[in-house]
Amino acid sequence: MDAAVTVTDLVIDRGRRRVLDGLSCAVPRGEVTGLLGPSGSGKTTLLRAIVGVQRTRSGQVTVLGCPAGAPPLRTRVGYVTQAPSVYADLTVRENARFFAALYGRGAREADTAIADVGLADAAGQLVADLSGGQMSRASLACALVGRPELLVLDEPTVGLDPVLRAELWDRFHALAAEGTTLIVSSHVMDEAGRCDRLLLLREGALLADSTPTELRARTGTDDLDEAFLTLVRSQPGVAA
Amino acid sequence: MTTATRTTDTGRTVGPRARTTGVRLTAAVTGRVLRQLRHDPRTIAMMVVLPSILLGLLYLLWKDLPTLPGQPSTFDRVGLTMLGVFPFVVMFLVTSIAMLRERTTGTLERLLTTPLARLDLLLGYGLAFGLAAAVQAVVTVAVATTFYDLDVAGSLWLVVVIAVVDAVLGVALGLLASAFARSEFQAVQFMPVVVLPQFFLCGLLVPREQMAGWLQAISDVLPLTYAVEALQEVGRSAAGTGTLWRDVGVVAAVALLALALGAATLRRRSG
Repeated sequence: MDAAVTVTDLVIDRGRRRVLDGLSCAVPRGEVTGLLGPSGSGKTTLLRAIVGVQRTRSGQVTVLGCPAGAPPLRTRVGYVTQAPSVYADLTVRENARFFAALYGRGAREADTAIADVGLADAAGQLVADLSGGQMSRASLACALVGRPELLVLDEPTVGLDPVLRAELWDRFHALAAEGTTLIVSSHVMDEAGRCDRLLLLREGALLADSTPTELRARTGTDDLDEAFLTLVRSQPGVAA
Repeated sequence: MTTATRTTDTGRTVGPRARTTGVRLTAAVTGRVLRQLRHDPRTIAMMVVLPSILLGLLYLLWKDLPTLPGQPSTFDRVGLTMLGVFPFVVMFLVTSIAMLRERTTGTLERLLTTPLARLDLLLGYGLAFGLAAAVQAVVTVAVATTFYDLDVAGSLWLVVVIAVVDAVLGVALGLLASAFARSEFQAVQFMPVVVLPQFFLCGLLVPREQMAGWLQAISDVLPLTYAVEALQEVGRSAAGTGTLWRDVGVVAAVALLALALGAATLRRRSG
């Protein structure tokens, strides 16, 4: 089966800085792929290129068989930005219903998406009155509501308590089991173990494209944080 | 199958089905903007009541001053044209801030990944604030004719129509201006840049015939000039004149042009 996302020789400059330098990778369908790396490694830029809002210098990004950002993809790809991008002066329900309308869905799908992120009790509250964690879940609900085939999530679990984080990861795997492809970025290595596949990014280059099990075996450690450090140190020219 | 350096995207393909989708999406945006307004009662109150209060101030200012025989009173002349200036200024400000918020909070970037076409978004805003302007105009016209003895020879409904077209012009220019503002401080300061020159040169402070030639030439290309002239026509004559409809057409055309330019500034891909 072909990959959900194929990136070939992608080069992206932001300002005068080269953020991604000839990156190639593939994201399999129906799995949770983690995009991990330190802050500033180019994770958000790569995600923006996949959803088609990032200007690229060269290279190709193919998403579900179309060039990234092509009009047919706009109903099939959901994107949740790092900062919660919902309307603070609307309630959770009004936000979800607005995005539902954009994807051609109804009020019922909106309510389901709200319940799925555990915000059913806060549905009538203004987003401005929510806690940070609730806000990012409201933002997630507005992407789930479109029932996309590919869900691109930029650091969705930042600021969440451990219980909620575990619940969301269960939700991600449930979606994957139904056939949804998920790309989830994080800079916390302890979330790497929850992914089916891992893309490790550092300074705009791919450090590893692997599974958590393979990575542990290759670096000879159970701790993925440690594994990441081992990979960095094994790179030529890195004095870490 | 490539995403080249600059992907052109003209949005949806045009066809009957695509157009119904466009109408549905525009309506979704309009509903959302009006819902946001509903959560902000103070803004609604200011939009609806403030023009009436300001007009009252003008009324009191000129009330006891003598008028030349055969001439309309100063308040009839200036007050009426203010009915076109208020919605233009208010909607320009409200829209440029609202759109800047969309840009800075990331909702715009998110909207651009959804099936919403850029023109649907802008038309949605235009429609929502156009409706708000209609409410504003009806209230202000009613107050002005009831309490301030505003004398209008033509139809009051025409006054409302012109006020709404002016509001849509304000929305369109506000959307366009927001593309050039990086912060809310800058967005607010676009108001004097866009509004004041148009106000100075529209023929209200100095009759256009008495302006220096080059000033008149500038006045000729500023849309507010036509909005003010249209209102003066309604004030003077009972029937809708050709000049009036031409003026309304000019204002509407400039509004559409600004909306199209605004759509062009909404790049799906950014750096």
